[in-house]
Amino acid sequence: MTEKHLLLIAGMFLVIYIPRALPLLLLSSRSLHPMLARWLDLVPPAVLMALLVSEILVTGPAGERRLFIGTENIFLLAAVPAFITGFLTRGFFGTVAVGMAAVALARLLMQ
Amino acid sequence: MDRGDYQFSRADFLRGARMSLPILLGYAPVGFAFGVLAVNAGMSPAEAGLMCLFAYAGSGQLVAVGMLMTEAGAAAIIMANFIINLRHLLMSAAVSPYLRGWSKKLQAVYALEMTDETFAVDIVRFAEGRVNRDETLGLHVVSHLFWTGSGFCGALFGNVIGDIKAFGMDYALAAMFIALLVPHFRIPRRMLAALAGGVFSVTFIVNGVDQWNLVLATALSATLLMFLPDSWWLGAPGDKNDRSKDK
Repeated sequence: MTEKHLLLIAGMFLVIYIPRALPLLLLSSRSLHPMLARWLDLVPPAVLMALLVSEILVTGPAGERRLFIGTENIFLLAAVPAFITGFLTRGFFGTVAVGMAAVALARLLMQ
Repeated sequence: MDRGDYQFSRADFLRGARMSLPILLGYAPVGFAFGVLAVNAGMSPAEAGLMCLFAYAGSGQLVAVGMLMTEAGAAAIIMANFIINLRHLLMSAAVSPYLRGWSKKLQAVYALEMTDETFAVDIVRFAEGRVNRDETLGLHVVSHLFWTGSGFCGALFGNVIGDIKAFGMDYALAAMFIALLVPHFRIPRRMLAALAGGVFSVTFIVNGVDQWNLVLATALSATLLMFLPDSWWLGAPGDKNDRSKDK
């Protein structure tokens, strides 16, 4: 156990738990302010894509990362079958499995 | 209502536990991948298990270990987690009307185990009037323990399987984001928010804003697009027909 990791877990606990607990415990019959609800509604897609592009569209060491688009980018290629699976099956498990399998397969073929 | 008349029903709990099966299928590979990556990032199996137990949030945990590998500081990781998990504000607000009959203590426990997956199952059950306490707890507790178990197993046995790259396990995070994004694409304003988030994020990253890109890109996209006219206001929060789940 390192101090940094325990501190990290404690901090994560707070920022994960508070947004889950507050509305439940505070909202009796009132609902969120419409503008806040409107803003929050757009957070999940925005944050997910912001995360996804940092995984599949860029390369290089931290601080000097650059755009990486092309057929050598396995992560970007694997996103295609993963997205298709997601749209066709709407399932979580299948999408993740296809994405991971596509990466494994691409590495096998490129060796 | 109050704790005095609380009677635990084992049958209800077990019924809820059985309902968790589809969730467990989704958790297994991601949880295992988390454990493997956590050890690669320098965490011990016990720490990986603790994180699953107390910081129960698939994408947040995977981002945390990813950032640990790039030597990011705890503050930046916690801030990223705050942003990633803001979406639960909305989910918590959405289930609150259904759980009014529960004690505050039970609501606090419920919030501890609210993930995108359990939310997706719950919101459908609740809308049908199935608000049984022990069934809900069964679903949640089993899902949470299974998640912790898969993370711990990944951390313990990750080295046995050798190179995680051969299994595409380093792609678990990206694949999960894709799986979570797909339901949002059915609603135009959310699709635009996703596009904006992606464009801003890449722009920040290639310009050297590497750790705060997430926070900035998300806040910027949501703030700009919340002013879209109402004709784009499909899938409003609270819309009963909107069942797009987030995970």
